Amino acid sequence: MSERAREPFVVVGKSVRKVDGVGLVKGKPKFVADVDLSDVLHVRILGSPHAHARIVSIDTSAAERIPGVVAVLTHANTPATRHTTAGQGYPEPSPYDTRMFDTKVRFVGDRVAAVAAETEEAAEKALRALRVTYEELPAVLSIDEARAHGAPVIHDEGDSTGIYDAARNIVADVDIDVGDVGRGFAQSAVTVETTCETQYAQHTPIETHVVHSLLDSDDRLVLRTSTQVPFHARRIVAQTLGIPIQRIRVIKPRVGGGFGAKQEVLLEDIAGWVTLRTGRPAFVCLSRAEEFVAARTRHPMRVRVKLGANADGVLQAIEMEATSNTGAYGAHGLTVLANTGSKTLPLYNKAENAHFYGQAVYTNLPVPGAYRGYGATQGYFPLETAMDELAERLGLDPIELRRRNHIRVGEGSPIFEKLGEGREGVSQTVKSCELERCLAVGAERIGWREKRGTRRREGPWVHGVGMSIMMQGSGIPQIDMAAATIKMNEDGSFNLLVGATDIGTGSDTILAQIAAEVLGVPASRMIVTSSDTDLTPFDVGAYASSTTYVSGMAVERAAGKVREQILSVAAAMCKEPVENLRLLEEHVVGPAARVPLAEVCRRAMYSSEQFQIAATASCVPTESPPPFLASFAEVAVDVETGRVKVVRYVAVADCGVPINPLMAEGQIEGSIVNGLGYALTEEMLLSSTGRVRNPSLFDYKIPGALDVPALDVILVGSYEPTGPMGAKSVGEIGINGPMPTIANAIYDAVGVRLHETPFTPERVLAAIRREAAERCPLA
Amino acid sequence: MASVELTINSVRRTLDAAPGETLLEVLRREGYTGVKRGCGSGDCGACTVLLDGRAVNACLVLAAKANGKEILTIEGLASGDALHPIQEAFLDEGAVQCGYCTPGMILSAYDLLSRNPTPSEGEIRQAISGNLCRCTGYVKQVRAIQAAAERMRSARHE
Ligand code: FES
Ligand code: FES
Repeated sequence: MSERAREPFVVVGKSVRKVDGVGLVKGKPKFVADVDLSDVLHVRILGSPHAHARIVSIDTSAAERIPGVVAVLTHANTPATRHTTAGQGYPEPSPYDTRMFDTKVRFVGDRVAAVAAETEEAAEKALRALRVTYEELPAVLSIDEARAHGAPVIHDEGDSTGIYDAARNIVADVDIDVGDVGRGFAQSAVTVETTCETQYAQHTPIETHVVHSLLDSDDRLVLRTSTQVPFHARRIVAQTLGIPIQRIRVIKPRVGGGFGAKQEVLLEDIAGWVTLRTGRPAFVCLSRAEEFVAARTRHPMRVRVKLGANADGVLQAIEMEATSNTGAYGAHGLTVLANTGSKTLPLYNKAENAHFYGQAVYTNLPVPGAYRGYGATQGYFPLETAMDELAERLGLDPIELRRRNHIRVGEGSPIFEKLGEGREGVSQTVKSCELERCLAVGAERIGWREKRGTRRREGPWVHGVGMSIMMQGSGIPQIDMAAATIKMNEDGSFNLLVGATDIGTGSDTILAQIAAEVLGVPASRMIVTSSDTDLTPFDVGAYASSTTYVSGMAVERAAGKVREQILSVAAAMCKEPVENLRLLEEHVVGPAARVPLAEVCRRAMYSSEQFQIAATASCVPTESPPPFLASFAEVAVDVETGRVKVVRYVAVADCGVPINPLMAEGQIEGSIVNGLGYALTEEMLLSSTGRVRNPSLFDYKIPGALDVPALDVILVGSYEPTGPMGAKSVGEIGINGPMPTIANAIYDAVGVRLHETPFTPERVLAAIRREAAERCPLA
Repeated sequence: MASVELTINSVRRTLDAAPGETLLEVLRREGYTGVKRGCGSGDCGACTVLLDGRAVNACLVLAAKANGKEILTIEGLASGDALHPIQEAFLDEGAVQCGYCTPGMILSAYDLLSRNPTPSEGEIRQAISGNLCRCTGYVKQVRAIQAAAERMRSARHE
């Protein structure tokens, strides 16, 4: 580990203010929809009323006659190119199964047509005037129906590519083996098996998907869009519309939350097409109801986990079988499925035998995509529930069982190598892991020893505590790529240009801190631009917990190069060898010299051997160091109504050196509260015809300020030697905790295991009654 | 189009409003884009403004109904470069992530603190319970509002 990095940090590790914060608290026009919309064409999209149907005809004549209507888009006049909406690296590991507008609709809300008009009202009116004739087809409304013999084929179009087995509705199939699980189970003293089924849930960023497009004075298409993946969006729009990448500029202003939903290119093609066709600026913004129906969701999954352990509680075998519902289109189908195994199984590397098997299947239901946690969330629920069951069977404390099995520093797991991002992975050894401390601190904070197994009662409320542990990754090794450019200004400030995509995560700020640390300036001296495909270098974008680690390293390297340039100019100025100089408090400091940075830059710009002090650097990570987290919850269960109240939630995380501790905490707090909603209340309810029945924030309940428990987030410091300034990722991991932690706490309280989510009063009460009936069948 | 008279951030304005148009639509069209839209149905609080001093969801108020009233939007809170103590506290406590819910949340806090300078944690949570935030866990906003209350109290005592 580099000694320089181990020196006490000046800017890193401090909770500096957000670099973009002042504008945000003043309500400055920073978001897509905040531009002048007086001259735009408003675009509205018609969604399918059927789950599965062929479009026989669309009569657009009445719609076109409505005053103010400028264009009607259907499959007949838009490009037919098959692509994926998944904003992933190229070539994408998702099938090309989507058209701008297809001749077939595959879920209720699927795109049928769109109208561009002078006003929203005219556009709406025109949608109602479209005469569409459908030929209804039998629909597939569950994973069992999708897999049934003779099931309707959802993607029968023939020109889609990258589907594992379209005729059987199978998008992806993953099967990996380590050792021999059969032998492992045979030599186990105890085995447990559990199957869990998770629901349709949605990201619900408070800002919905929104795009503004225009042609600039050189006739280039400028898309101002709320995206996590500006560079992938540019590439996918070019591919879909059949225009050169060179002709497109994607600007990502401030983004009102993403959580994976905006790793998807959903509206940019439509806005772009309207603008190219009409020469007019266009504006598309999903309503909240449309966001619920037609944006993206988390993949519902059925996951079976079987564990075998010897009498000492050391795992001998793990088997995980996952069936993922990828809805009507296969975006992220393969990779989310693979992550269900690859981000969970290495945690318990003591098991020498492991088997992961999974399939992702099409249904005529809403389309899942990337969602914070990315499959790991669906895997940790059954895995950590099974670990709780195993502990009970072995008569071991659940914390102790984790201790005997979790991965440690210096260890690897064959899973890292066998299972990667939808293909083989990359072998790696864990270099930082403070799970032991996470467990100890968390147990202490929740009061584990005093509270576990006591079933304390207060009226109808019975208390219990539960826990779980988890890991995630930091970017996708040997696939992700990030670059950063830094250039110096003659007042000693710097422009930091990054493709890294701040979607509210604070990445602009932590990247500024990393650069500032290297350059010996306060973070406020960095002017951060993110992201604009014309100005900033490439970055894959904000996903896979990559930004701090991958983009952070690119920034650290670029800053290192700029530092060298500054020192060499300063060496000439003060006639000192470079080795004697360092950067400190906006000065170059040497034994007998103290030169302000501004002077160094002025010399380089204006006086001698002139050049621009600037550098670009890239990073392709060779590994993906996992952050770790232990979570604990105390719940109270009302045995009369089945209501579950989370009294306290404790999360103790090892995310390496937190570059900005307040922001790192904020990431974990946010992901936990999002996970609490997922565990307790959030569920997209589907009708028997596949329609979303609760497409509003009133009926789909995300946590508000009164719904969250006492929440303790504790960061135990560690140092990741491969990371920028010792950092690992922090953005996703927390969301994996609430479901298993609360399920295990409910079991501690009332002795019932919940295998279906969310844990609504109805489900909990039914489980309590079932259990009571089993215990005393005659009562 | 009818016209409505509004005093927005202390400035008297006469604005056009179509029948049925909401205050949210009119304000955003007039450039007060700090007033955000998250749902349009009163469920998220992103569009919170103060109407005659009380926090309301602008998406639920017909522009015509606001005729003659005083409106405070987030743009009117800071005086020049000097941020309001609530704004300062939101920055210092890390209460802003994406910032989309922030204007509404700050105005709900402003409403609370103008009526109750020493709110309990429960009262703070109650006051912002209609302002949904998907990025944070509300921990830091609650702390920021507590810190702001303190700053405002000590400023009054000086
Ligand atoms: S936009 Fe008004 S409450 Fe959501
Ligand atoms: S900070 Fe993003 S919604 Fe609150």
